Amino acid sequence: MADEIIKKSKLEIAKQPEGMEGPGFFATKVDDVIGMARANSLWPLPFATSCCGIEFMATMGSHYDLARFGMERLSFSPRQADLLMVMGTIAKKMGPTLRQVYEQMAEPRWVLSVGACASSGGIFDTYSVLQGIDRIIPVDVYVPGCPPRPEQIIEGIMKIQELAKNESGRRRHTPEYKKLLNSYGIE
Amino acid sequence: MSKEILDQVEEKLNAKFPGTIVAAELLYDFAVFTVKHDSVHDILKFLKEDADLNFHFLTDLTGMQTADEKQLGVIYHLHNMPKNRRVRIKTFFDINKPEIPTAVDLWPGANWMERETYDFFGVRFKGHPNLVRILNVDEMDIFPMRKEYPLEDQVREDKEDKMFGR
Repeated sequence: MADEIIKKSKLEIAKQPEGMEGPGFFATKVDDVIGMARANSLWPLPFATSCCGIEFMATMGSHYDLARFGMERLSFSPRQADLLMVMGTIAKKMGPTLRQVYEQMAEPRWVLSVGACASSGGIFDTYSVLQGIDRIIPVDVYVPGCPPRPEQIIEGIMKIQELAKNESGRRRHTPEYKKLLNSYGIE
Repeated sequence: MSKEILDQVEEKLNAKFPGTIVAAELLYDFAVFTVKHDSVHDILKFLKEDADLNFHFLTDLTGMQTADEKQLGVIYHLHNMPKNRRVRIKTFFDINKPEIPTAVDLWPGANWMERETYDFFGVRFKGHPNLVRILNVDEMDIFPMRKEYPLEDQVREDKEDKMFGR
């Protein structure tokens, strides 16, 4: 019954991962199942400081509707968030706050840097502005634009979903990952 | 109107503080006085408390650096609201000894403005209750609005000088 409704409508549900299927059982890799679940239920923490944040509001609104990606629930506590979305100019005074927010997030965590300012400082090449958030925290996906359109932000989110889907369950325990965090001074 | 303010204030100041007024001029129809920095506090106090002048409101207080980079300045904008009269008081001092008495005892509102002026120009206001940075990060070791310090952050690698006419 449910299958018929889905077939009739244009609704798409997450595709099941590859695996062995037979009467009454389905066998696949744990990594694939977890990746599918994570990718389709990311809880983003919006860290919006300026105009890119306004574009994010449009992205969350009914027209572009980020909820289609399983992101109905924005998390305003870093402890419950999977995805940190940094949108806007980060002043040097804001740097320690952003870093603290990142450190409070539980693994696995992804970072999306939206817009020119968050990615590189943008037009604000000045003594008071951080020249890209990747100077204090590791970034997974950069979205260019000043500010980027909602379509571009959605594209960035879909790239994050690809990362989440294909990430090995061991990645966060590898020495490479620890080395990456240590290079930012994060234990 | 501004000419009257200029003449009246100049006359009173010259009578009360002879020799401390460096210049009294009308700039863009605005009475501007340049005074010596060691007597600026007395002059401000007089302008505020004199019943006739009654410049009781400090609109703004900010800093500046002269074009020859040898002097710093502090500018006070004063307002007499009942008569709607305004004056501007400027004072300049050596950049190597940037000290000036605070105006917090006259106007509590000067507190944050003086902190801001200290933050950006490094002017030390003697007698200020809490002269620490207000807008920039506490670890900053420069005074960014001074001409000797570069405006740009100096870490960017994506900017070619020739694109910016340098």
